[in-house]
Amino acid sequence: MRRYRWLAVLPTLGLLGGIPFANRVQPYIAGLPFLLAWIVGWVVATSIIMGLIYRLDKRNDAAAEVAVSPVDHPIP
Amino acid sequence: MTPALGIIIGVFVLVVALGLAARRGHEMNLEQWSVGGRGFGTIFVFLLMAGEIYTTFTFLGGSGWAYGKGAPAFYILCYGAIAYSVSYFLLPIIWRFAQARRLVSQADFFAVKYDSRALGVVVAVVSVAALVPYLVLQLKGLGIIVSEASGGVVTQQVAIWAGSAALVVYVVVSGVRGSAWTSALKDVMILAVVIAIGVYLPMHYYGGYRAMFEAVEAAKPGALTLPSSGMSPAWFVSTVLLTATGFYLWPQFFAGVYTARNENVFRKNAVILPLYQLIILFVFFVGFAATLVVPGLKGADADLSLLRIVEHSFGSWTLGIIGAAGILTALVPGSMILVTAGTILAQNVYRVITPTATDRTVSLVARSLVPLLALASVLLTLRGGETLVVMLLMGYNFVTQLFPALILCLGENPRVSAASVIAGIVAGELTVVFLTVTSATVATLLPAAPQMIKDLNVGFVALGVNAVVLCAVALVTRPATVSAA
Repeated sequence: MRRYRWLAVLPTLGLLGGIPFANRVQPYIAGLPFLLAWIVGWVVATSIIMGLIYRLDKRNDAAAEVAVSPVDHPIP
Repeated sequence: MTPALGIIIGVFVLVVALGLAARRGHEMNLEQWSVGGRGFGTIFVFLLMAGEIYTTFTFLGGSGWAYGKGAPAFYILCYGAIAYSVSYFLLPIIWRFAQARRLVSQADFFAVKYDSRALGVVVAVVSVAALVPYLVLQLKGLGIIVSEASGGVVTQQVAIWAGSAALVVYVVVSGVRGSAWTSALKDVMILAVVIAIGVYLPMHYYGGYRAMFEAVEAAKPGALTLPSSGMSPAWFVSTVLLTATGFYLWPQFFAGVYTARNENVFRKNAVILPLYQLIILFVFFVGFAATLVVPGLKGADADLSLLRIVEHSFGSWTLGIIGAAGILTALVPGSMILVTAGTILAQNVYRVITPTATDRTVSLVARSLVPLLALASVLLTLRGGETLVVMLLMGYNFVTQLFPALILCLGENPRVSAASVIAGIVAGELTVVFLTVTSATVATLLPAAPQMIKDLNVGFVALGVNAVVLCAVALVTRPATVSAA
């Protein structure tokens, strides 16, 4: 059970789902108009989310290796 | 000779030397030449995968869109992030299958999965039809960059011939290893150059990012948001989804997946690449900065905005460095395209019509095709007029038509028959051609639809036709079962 992998849908949902609402100039964030800041924020979040999944997978792989053969990772 | 021209020639020589040196220590059989002997670690695969985002299109087109269209350009920043989040799960599946069966091309993947050489040929034809225009686009970009940076001393024609000759030499010798080595140089240069000018120009001309954006918004109201019709949020979301769908279906990146040493490479890359592509942000900054500094570039000339503002702001040295970086954005993807197209035609067409061919012959054929493909592309670049524009528009939609076939075969056995997949692809491609030739949009197809529907990317129509035909044929045919390797 690797339910945390569902986190990977967040970038698509957040980035694209928010576009109609984020389509504005104000407020500026870090010098960027809001729409661009929204997109940049989600791109950074994508890396963070995928990093989190990677770490959790590593931990689970290590735990699984004790029990199963290391080559045979199940993919959900 | 100006310093700019000197730098460009210097980097050009360096690229060829690197490309040739990449061969050292490797016997060049087909597996080495096409997929680097499946021995690339995280960094090389990273460089090949990053190749998709930093082509001449991003370099010239990214700044050109920001300059000419404004906010719609932001889509270029979005589709990569989405494709990378999917790649974490998708690429290991593809890699494992390819590794176990020693596949060398994308067409191989489909041919073996569906147990159909005919499907392999169909995918090969689609691939080459999409790859050649893509190469032409890179060569066009190369011509523009060199002639601009050299102040017209080197004509576009000369640059295109010289660039292609260099490509042929190191691609024939080193294959995908040449692409990987030269892309290391490319990424270092692009990173340095784009960040430097993306930070400097807004500061220099406007005093900061916010001040720059406010000046752009004042001069061109609405430039920083998506319009309510045309390139609207609906257009934006549908285009990002469609582009992300086609992202890994480009044959050169699909085969790039095979170069990896192990599947962990993709997981690491899925973490790093979204962040890495933020470099495109700096390309946008340059385009926005150019809006008020070098105004008046209309239509396709908007793509010159980056080079013009650099020319306007710096001396010949800087222009040379930027020109050289630009050349690399053309050569690296160009080399991957040549390797891939040569491999596909040899492996999935030549081998099918000549079943007795040995691996050695196929390898030889693949490499012999490289100069021919390059020559055809140069001639198309120099002579192709309107047809070329149409072909370019079709390229991305061509490869996207392989999406249903990919999704339906990710499990152990394909869910549908090869015949149904072929029918779907053919119907989809014909729809792409029809839509492109008639310049159809959803608005022209469905004039009575609400604006939101009208703005959807028309590529979805072809994908829809593909899916419907596929389902219809699938209902009356049986899927094949793949025997264990």
